Amino acid sequence: MKRVYELTDLCCAACAAEIERDINKVSGVASCNVNFIMQKMTVEYEEGANYGSVLKAVTKTVRRVEPDCDVVEVK
Amino acid sequence: MKKNKKLLIRILVAFAVFLVGIVLYKLTPLKSFGEVAEKWSFGDYRFYLFILPFLAAYLIVGYDVILKAGRNLLSGRLLDENFLMVVATFGAIALLDLPEACGVMLFYQVGELFQRYAVGKSRRSIAALMDIRPDIARVLRDGKEVVISPEEVEIGDVLILRAGERVPVDSVVLEGKGSFDTSSLTGESLPRDVRAGEEVLSGSINIWGEVKLRACKKYDDSTVRKILDLVQNAAAKKAKAENFITKFARYYTPVVVIAALLIGVIPPIFLKDWGGWIKKALTFLVVSCPCALVISVPLSFFGGIGGASKRGILVKGGGALERLAKANVFVFDKTGTITKGSFSVVDVFPAERAKEILTAAAIAEGASNHPIARSVVEFAPAVERDGYEVEEIAGRGVKAVKKGGVILVGNAAFLKEQGIPFEEAQNPFTTLYVAENGAYLGRVMVSDVPKENAAEVIRGLKAEGCRTIMLTGDREATAKAVAAEVGVDECVADLLPQDKAAWVETLLSKETKDGAVCFVGDGINDAPVLAMADVGVSMGGIGSDAAIEASDVVLMQDDLASIKEGRRIAKKTMRIVRENVVVALGIKVGVMLLTALGLMGAFAMWLAVFADVGVAMLAIINAMRTLR
Repeated sequence: MKRVYELTDLCCAACAAEIERDINKVSGVASCNVNFIMQKMTVEYEEGANYGSVLKAVTKTVRRVEPDCDVVEVK
Repeated sequence: MKKNKKLLIRILVAFAVFLVGIVLYKLTPLKSFGEVAEKWSFGDYRFYLFILPFLAAYLIVGYDVILKAGRNLLSGRLLDENFLMVVATFGAIALLDLPEACGVMLFYQVGELFQRYAVGKSRRSIAALMDIRPDIARVLRDGKEVVISPEEVEIGDVLILRAGERVPVDSVVLEGKGSFDTSSLTGESLPRDVRAGEEVLSGSINIWGEVKLRACKKYDDSTVRKILDLVQNAAAKKAKAENFITKFARYYTPVVVIAALLIGVIPPIFLKDWGGWIKKALTFLVVSCPCALVISVPLSFFGGIGGASKRGILVKGGGALERLAKANVFVFDKTGTITKGSFSVVDVFPAERAKEILTAAAIAEGASNHPIARSVVEFAPAVERDGYEVEEIAGRGVKAVKKGGVILVGNAAFLKEQGIPFEEAQNPFTTLYVAENGAYLGRVMVSDVPKENAAEVIRGLKAEGCRTIMLTGDREATAKAVAAEVGVDECVADLLPQDKAAWVETLLSKETKDGAVCFVGDGINDAPVLAMADVGVSMGGIGSDAAIEASDVVLMQDDLASIKEGRRIAKKTMRIVRENVVVALGIKVGVMLLTALGLMGAFAMWLAVFADVGVAMLAIINAMRTLR
């Protein structure tokens, strides 16, 4: 399952790279890609992962790096 | 952009307060700010009079940086930009160099503001290039015009398209005439006139006229959706240079921070002057911020991809762009890539009986949909075909029978089988032999001709030192003729589709690391080869999903010149990437060297801020050149 999120107020390219690296380590996440320029994050979840709890962990990871950053799903 | 405005106001207010502080300080006869503390002790109100404006300005402009740094400290992230800035400025405050601390923070925020503005602007200009999404669809429902979103359009719906509107889904024109601008899809700048019965691609814009369309595809299967998916996912496939720079930044910052610690501690043990060396260390901390490096590379790639897509060249990611820039072996498929992929009659022999031969051939081939048959019918004069019974014999030809007449059109084997004496031709063309009522009439030679600019493009690639190879399933003689005409270096004929893959695989294993093999095909039957090559380029737009999936670059226009253009953009992008890395690193290292040697003077920290945010700005502006 693949989801795209908008990361509002993502203001540093190095942070974007760090977010990407850290989210790739979150269990339940198959792969993550952060596009700093478009402020978009694509997360591919592992088969059978609990979407809700993984998303929570993902959001937490984002906040840890960029406290003011909101994670909004793009449809 | 409310956030930027807020920051701008804070900067202006802080700057005003900062100026007040400077004016107050200049009114004293002191030579340096350090003397403020020496002259007036902590208990003296005058001490606070001089200190307060700077502290206030510092907090007004930098409070969010301090807050972020605090939160980073709690979560153990000590190498973040905010944290480094706060440590550096706090250090300056502790040394009682308040104007410097305040000025550096101001300068840093000004840089941040510019950087945000520049990134926002480049983001918008790239997004504008990719803005091909149709917003609405006007559908006729029960005779009434209803506005719905493109996603809701069903196949078969009748759509109304006025001047200035985008085609919502791939459709066919039912009635009306219009002129369509497809430049955002294909890069082709000339508008295309469209009339009833013709297809129009979603995403193209109707410049004038009103047309009625019938939807052929759902939005999700339409061209515009496929292009958007492709371009938006492009950034996911990162280039080596991108991965390198993020990795580099991970080591760069800690190394510089350690260097800062060493500089702040070791030299003063031997040389004294603690304040001076600590200030140098603080300058190092400012330089250690990695953002300028990290932002410059992906932004350049993104700009390059955006600039290419404006010209109808869809590149799947920085990695593909990087390999395209390196490509020095270009392998072309023949049919449909080097050649037009449609046949035309090149010769009729004997010429004096041409009309008779062509008429007979056109009668026999009239019902066939085979490309060769169509080319003959198109070339021949209009014929009356009534009364003929046509029989197609697979792999041989056609036989048309009417009371009192039999026409045979086919290859040499066909006429031999039918027992008709004729002379077999020796030429590189596909030859049709025509016989009527048992007598041989003559032959029609058809050929798939090279595209007009094929020779020019091949010449251009060769001039740039590239090796050009043509692969084909055709006969050797046919292939050789085309190869000679367009001037490719090598030509390999009689290949089955799987042979092509094997051939490219061997080529790949022989190629050196410095180069890359680019395969250009039309996406029909060659998906495996497209996927295997270092760079797979499929031509002629969003054709089959398999071809898009397999290729790295999709050319929206069926034009070989796009390959050269794509290569030019790729090379330019790589040059800008290199410039950005070299300049950013060069300035940072330069500032560090000058600082360590004590050659930076009073402006050390200011220049260090420039080495961070100023360089990021330069890199962003340079990256934007990729769009042009």
